[in-house]
Amino acid sequence: MNIVVLVKQVPDTATERKLSAADSTLDRASADGVINELDEYAIEEGLRLKEAHGGEVTILTMGPDQASDSIRKALSMGADKAVHLVDDALHGSDAVQTSYALAQVLKKIGFDLAVLGSESTDARTGVLAAALAERLGVPQLSLASKVEIDGSTVRIQRITDYGYDRVEGSLPAVLSVVEKINEPRYPSFKGIMAAKKKPVEKLSLADAGIDPALVGLAGATTQVVDFADAPPREAGTVVKDEGDGGAKLAEFLAAKKFV
Amino acid sequence: MANTADTPGRAGTASPLELLAVDHLLTDEEREIQATVRRFVDERIRPGVAGWFEAGTFPRELAEEFGSLGLLGMHLEGYGCAGVGAVAYGLACMELEAGDSGARSFASVQGSLAMYAIWRWGSEEQKNRWLPGMAAGELIGCFGLTEPDFGSNPAGMRTRARRDGDGWVLDGTKMWITNGSIADLAVVWARTDDGVRGFVVPTDAPGFSAPKIDRKLSLRASVTSELVLESVRVGEDALLPEARGLRGPLSCLNQARFGIVFGALGAARDCLETAIRYAADREVFDRPLASFQLTQAKLADMALELQKGFLLAMHLGRLKEAGRLDPRQVSLGKLNNVREAIVIARECRTILGANGVTLEYPVLRHANNLESVLTYEGTSEVHSLVIGQALTGHAAFA
Repeated sequence: MNIVVLVKQVPDTATERKLSAADSTLDRASADGVINELDEYAIEEGLRLKEAHGGEVTILTMGPDQASDSIRKALSMGADKAVHLVDDALHGSDAVQTSYALAQVLKKIGFDLAVLGSESTDARTGVLAAALAERLGVPQLSLASKVEIDGSTVRIQRITDYGYDRVEGSLPAVLSVVEKINEPRYPSFKGIMAAKKKPVEKLSLADAGIDPALVGLAGATTQVVDFADAPPREAGTVVKDEGDGGAKLAEFLAAKKFV
Repeated sequence: MANTADTPGRAGTASPLELLAVDHLLTDEEREIQATVRRFVDERIRPGVAGWFEAGTFPRELAEEFGSLGLLGMHLEGYGCAGVGAVAYGLACMELEAGDSGARSFASVQGSLAMYAIWRWGSEEQKNRWLPGMAAGELIGCFGLTEPDFGSNPAGMRTRARRDGDGWVLDGTKMWITNGSIADLAVVWARTDDGVRGFVVPTDAPGFSAPKIDRKLSLRASVTSELVLESVRVGEDALLPEARGLRGPLSCLNQARFGIVFGALGAARDCLETAIRYAADREVFDRPLASFQLTQAKLADMALELQKGFLLAMHLGRLKEAGRLDPRQVSLGKLNNVREAIVIARECRTILGANGVTLEYPVLRHANNLESVLTYEGTSEVHSLVIGQALTGHAAFA
């Protein structure tokens, strides 16, 4: 089975992330780049499916040069090879344009199953899986907490507010995963050492058959018009227990809709 | 995967080793291996280690997790081992020991003593039989050299192996053997008519027992045992064919000792990071402990020694990779880095005040562990004398 895992490099959520004042896009120098956390689960699921059904796992990343760090990490977890869509003209692409660009690459390299995290920790649009499935004309199996493949049928448990739905589709398909699905493995030392030797194909817009007019900041369908720093954290509320501490806590939680 | 940024040992005002930008001395692969072990320690060792220390246990099931990462025999080539360079091996030891010296001891004894002995001195059959399972953590090995009355002077060992038909019979007692009671195999060094020879002894052989040594105040998250061999019969295939004389076991110790040069710094770094965080949060006389000059002087001196020790370790690592490392240099590294690490751990304890003596914080646990590290794999005294001999030509220890 030809499994393609889409991996996005995002700024480390543990560091302070900034947007650039010049064009309201991510200031990549402001934070270390790491693999989008949910994509680690996608990689793990891709590897498990390969281990169960055979085939190959290809990492597909769209991003600037420094995203190669994340690609190498994904390869060190055990993926076989990678395709890196890298082109300055992609800078500032929004979700709609990104789905176009990645769909072009997926058409070019071919796939039975395209796996990705259900959202990224930076833009958090969460629409990529749906947009890709639409553009590629294949089923979307979203928010999977469990996956089974039987021949050309994919069955998932799709998490919902009330539990889960059982959803079924046929390959080729796009699959998005949630963190309940597995526990991502650590890269092994052998994997780390082998990663350097694994093939990473770099594609430009032209290589991938992407129309430059349909990507990039200038033609983006959505635009960040303004942004502000998060307000500094306010001092916490101290609840003094004068016999009614429990009730006060319950009130507080209820007011915040935690209970 | 859990976000580990706010787990102990990670966050902090300044990471003491970042001051010198030592990252620049590492390759991408080395950084990646270090980061992987650090994350493993944060997620799999830190949460449980105080409990293991208190209970005096090392969880056997961690062995296979160590194995799947590639931590066991990582510096060996072939037979399921990862084959990483000396610096990567050192960094892994450092990160493990930032968790606990017991975790690093487990990996050292398995990889650098038991596995290395078989890898370096064993037959092809022995390597194929034992090493892949040991690399995977499915089989645990221990290494029996030290005896109750012979530590720094292994030449005096009393354990004997005598030929008996087509095999050997071993009698004797080994002491202070890490992993002994949980081991599947023991590499045992014994006196024969042909000098000191090494044997791979399955621990289920009749006459073999490995009682655990309890009531320790150090390395409590590690299993330490006595090995008792009472007429233990093994076949000829148990003999390590290539090792003759003490050179065999001493070559293994030199491997493990190299890992300690890095490892001890991990314990020290963890103490220092803890003390820096603690001093920032703790208020005395209405201001942070970190703002007092005495505290800053302590922190500065400790950071200084930690960084010097790391540069020394890196230098030895690169020498080892170039095949130019002299055992006397390892003595120098182990003497300095363990000695400084224990000073740092104790000094950090003073910054944490009374909190420092509890298992809520790692500092006294590390300090106590380092008492063992100071003594095992060559005592600090013997390492001093090795350096003394190198400088003067006089051997003062024999």
